[in-house]
Formats: sequence, structure tokens, C-alpha cells
Amino acid sequence: MSTPARRRLMRDFKRLQEDPPAGVSGAPTDNNIMIWNAVIFGPHDTPFEDGTFKLTIEFTEEYPNKPPTVRFVSKMFHPNVYADGGICLDILQNRWSPTYDVSAILTSIQSLLSDPNPNSPANSMAAQLYKENRREYEKRVKACVEQSWMD
Amino acid sequence: MDSDEEIMYDDYDDSGNESSGDDDVEFAMVEEPNNPKDRQELDEYPYEVLTTEQILQHMNECMKEVNIVVEMPSTVIRMLLNHFRWDKEKLMERYYDGDPEKLFTEAHVASPFAKAAVPAKVAKKDQRRAGPSVEECEICLSTLPSSVMSGLECGHRFCVSCWAEYLTTKIMSEGIGQTISCAAHNCEILIDDATVMKLVPDAKVRLKYQHLITNSFVECNRLLRWCPSPDCSSVLRVQHVESRPVTCRCGHTFCFACGNNWHEPVRCTLLRKWIKKCDDDSETSNWIAANTKECPKCKATIEKDGGCNHMVCKNSHCKTEFCWVCLGPWEPHGTSWYNCNRYDEDEARAARDAQERSRAALQRYLFYCNRYMNHMQSLRLEHKHYATVKEKMEEMQQHNMSWIEVQFLKKAVDILCQCRQTLMYTYVFAYYLKKNNQSVIFEDNQRDLETATEKLSEYLERDITQENLVDIKQKVQDKYRYCDSRRRVLAEHVYEGYDKEWWEYND
Repeated sequence: MSTPARRRLMRDFKRLQEDPPAGVSGAPTDNNIMIWNAVIFGPHDTPFEDGTFKLTIEFTEEYPNKPPTVRFVSKMFHPNVYADGGICLDILQNRWSPTYDVSAILTSIQSLLSDPNPNSPANSMAAQLYKENRREYEKRVKACVEQSWMD
Repeated sequence: MDSDEEIMYDDYDDSGNESSGDDDVEFAMVEEPNNPKDRQELDEYPYEVLTTEQILQHMNECMKEVNIVVEMPSTVIRMLLNHFRWDKEKLMERYYDGDPEKLFTEAHVASPFAKAAVPAKVAKKDQRRAGPSVEECEICLSTLPSSVMSGLECGHRFCVSCWAEYLTTKIMSEGIGQTISCAAHNCEILIDDATVMKLVPDAKVRLKYQHLITNSFVECNRLLRWCPSPDCSSVLRVQHVESRPVTCRCGHTFCFACGNNWHEPVRCTLLRKWIKKCDDDSETSNWIAANTKECPKCKATIEKDGGCNHMVCKNSHCKTEFCWVCLGPWEPHGTSWYNCNRYDEDEARAARDAQERSRAALQRYLFYCNRYMNHMQSLRLEHKHYATVKEKMEEMQQHNMSWIEVQFLKKAVDILCQCRQTLMYTYVFAYYLKKNNQSVIFEDNQRDLETATEKLSEYLERDITQENLVDIKQKVQDKYRYCDSRRRVLAEHVYEGYDKEWWEYND
């Protein structure tokens, strides 16, 4: 069955393979193009360095007019990531534009890892440590990085 | 601030006159049904009822007025007016005051004067067209002929089917009309109506879009208000905003300033506070504070339902034994709990005082709330009265009475309902009122009206027979005249108090 959303996702996948952005990768699950698995590598020179963080991306038939639901599967310690892995990022909510594609979403999340926004915290503990006790924050993130190798 | 507003009203006065003619006819029609004419009789509060079509017409007239002065496409004017909340003076001022281009950027409107530059652009496109004449749509990522691509002056072009999908999603599922921006990321240029109409093929979506536009016009404009009654799509239009009763074509009477049912004599701000108080849980927590205590160890909330003061916490992890009176441990009380008066230190007394206070506050609230609710309930029941009264009136006409002779019954129910409504809101007013000499007079007025209203209600409940008809008619007429005049006296007294600043409020 081919719908506009599915056709667009096929093109997203093709683009991602032909022109892969650095530090991210993603692919549809075997039997459902509406659900993707993705990996973001922790950006260099950040406490997330060397981490391999897994995510799921769920699209609806309204894609690309509506943003997909993106969630970290790996445990995360970040001011803008909720306990359930949900991500608080403007382009995934009110600033969404249909011109975004999977590679734009993943690179945006990647840059969120290096530049958290502690003023709209989804994880208040992480936000507080990020602002007040950077060393402890980095320690907690490091623990997540190490855990990300396990799963 | 005040003078500012007056200027604005004056301005709207002018625009209000332009569409006289048949509106006056409508105005007369509206006034006719059972209209509470209280203060309206004293000084006029002119208003008119508009249909959705008339609103569209009114909106177009506003746009035309601006158009005569500044020559721009009407859709651009609509977006600019919306940016200034339909204050055309402000728009003109800004337009002539500074840099119009800056104004367009601020309002996120594509500059209509950039069109001068368009030929160059078109020329460029033409050149491109001469070449491959295909473009890539960034939404569906397909490569398509330029002929199916479209976009605004911002230069972001997408294929028409992606545009249609995008606009449909915005309009239908997000309910955005006025502020749909270009689909490109970080582009805030707003899409004008002509473009929406051109790009959306579905008539249903277009209709919804027009509704959204009309709605935002009404919501932005302080001289317009949708009739709040369900399934009514009329709009009330006034010359200046004031807390006054207006009656829609559907028969619903409401306060123009706040949209609630007409709430004489209490003011909108107090009523809003009251409604909020009734809606939220503050009284629940007040009840908890007044009637329960917390277990001194595990803080579970406990309501005492027996006489003994030896409490054992039911929380299976806690089971603390304590004294209800002093909340201290039970052990030192031994056999005689009276010993606990030695724990009666300042802290305990303060806690008890606090409890007393919230208990008193709760009782006060319940006193007024009960009466308010009671009149509301009665008002609802009296409305049912209209049906029975109609029957009675028909019956009496069969018993050799003329139509005009039986009209007093309907009039009596009208007045009864008005009195109930006023009484209902006097309790809101009274709740916030601090006691002083004038408030005692107010309460006397209130009591007097209440007694008379109950009497009138009672008369109307009675069976009317041939024998007692003359007697009843006399009594009912006397009573409703009395009620009506007492209601006015009460309201006038309250209004006089507002003017002379007699009233002092709690909270």
C-alpha cells in the first residue's frame, strides 16, 4: 500500500543512504516502514562522546505534515529528555515544518546532546546539575554512555 | 488610559453608523421579546445582532475603509489588521509613521510592494524554465515540473498537492486559520486567503478556513461577541463595551462585557471570581482543613467519626496512638484524657485557631453558595412555568376571558424570573461584601425582594378557578408590580454604591 507518507519515507530512507550525515544512522524496521530504529553517536568533545544511543521513530499517515514521535530507547540523562525517553525539542512540536526529514530530525537531536536547554527541563535533576554542578552532571552522563554499550 | 479607550470607541462609533439602514429594522425586532429593559430604559445601550454573513460583510467593510487610504491587496490588509487586533487607527499610524517594510516583517506578511521586484524574479524563473523546467519539492522530495510548483514572495516553492495537504492539516486538525505560515522551516511569512483558496481544493476545508477567519475577526474585535448559547451563530455588536444585558435573536440574554448570563447587580470581576471559586477545589481543601486532622506520624488525613479521643491510625504501617485533641502521643494521657490540656501550648492553640478560621470561612461560603444555587434551581423551575402558564392562559380564554386580560400571567412569570436571577447574583455580591451601614441596607432590600418573590411564586402555583380568578389576578398584579419595583430599588442601590464607593470587599 502506497500513501504519500510512505512514499515520502521511502525517499527519506534513500536520501539517508545516499548522503549519510555524520554520527547518526537510521532505518525502517523490517516489516513496517512507519516505525524506524535509529542510532545517534555521542558528539565529540561532549560528555556523551563514545555513547551509542538507540531511538525509535514512529510516523503517522499525516507525515510530513505532522512530526513523528521520537523516543530514546537507551537510558538517557539529559535536561531535555523525559524519564520515558521522550524528547522535548521545539522542531518535534510547535516548530515542526514539513520540509524536515529523518536526517534533519536525527542531526537536530544530536546537536541537542551537545547544547542542552536547561531552561525548559524535561529532567529537572539533569537541568539543575547541568547548571550548578557540571562535574556531577558529566559523571551521570558518563554512566549512561557506558550503559549504552550494553544494550 | 480612559481617554485612550474613549477615542477608540468614538472611532468605532463612526464605523458603526456606516451600515445603518436595514440594521435598524433588525434592532427593533430584537428588542421586542421579553427583554430585561431595566437600565436600558434609563439610558440607551444600542446594539445589533448580526448573522455570520453580516459579519463577513462588516469585516470586508473594515478592510475597504483601510484600502481606500492605503492601496494594498485586501488579503494583506486583513492580515495587517489582524496583527493590530482590528484597530485600524493603529495600523494607519504605524503604516505612515515608520518604515512600512519593517511593519510587513513584523506582521510576518509578504510585502505587497516587493511585487515590483517580481518581474526580475519571474524573468529569472523563465530563464530556468527555458532550461530543465523541473524543480524538487522539498516536502514530498519528488522532482516535478515547475508548472505544479507554487509559493509566496518568500521564494519557498512546493508542489500544489503538498501545499494542499499542508494547509488541510493546519486548518482541519490544528484549527489554525489566521496564522498559517509558509511550510519551509523558520519561514514565518503568513499565507493569505487568496493563496489558501487557490491551493485548497476541498470545499469543506475552505468553509472551515472561512469560519476560522471570521472567528478570529470576532474574537479580536472588542465590540463584537459571539452569542454564547449553544448552536447559535449570531454575533452581537455594540458601540462601546459595557457590562450591559444584550439579547440575541435566539432569545438568550447575556452580559456583553463578560459573556455570562446577565448578572445584575454584581460586577463581572466579582462574578468571575465567584465562578472560579465554585469550580475549583478550594472549598474541598477548606472542608478538609476544617474537618480533618493529620496523623502526627504518617500524615494520613483522618476524619473523626466517633466520640473517643483515643485515636489509632488505621494506616497499617503506622498504627500510631495519639490524642485527637492535642495530637500528642496517647500514652501520657493514661486513663484520663483531660490531662491533655497541659499540652495546650501556643502552637496547639494556633493550629486550632487556624482550623476554626477555615471552618468559619467554609460555613460562610456554604451559606451564600446554598442560596445562590437555590435561586438558580428555582429559576430553572420557573422557566418550566412558561409552559403551564400558557396552558392556563388558553384555558382562561375559553372561560370568556379576552386575550389581553390573561396576559398578566405571562408578565408575572417574566418578572418572577428576573427577580430570581437578580436574587441569585445578589448572593455572589453579598459573599464578597464587607459589613457596613450600606451593606445592612442592601441586605434589607435583598430580604424584602426575596420574601416578595417567594410570595409571587406561591401565587402562581395556585390553581386558578372561575371563582377566585378576580381575586388572584388582583393579588398577582399587585405582587409583581411590587417585586419589579423592589428589584429596581435593590439594583439602583447597588449601582449607586458603586458610584459613591460605599462597598468594601473581602479577599
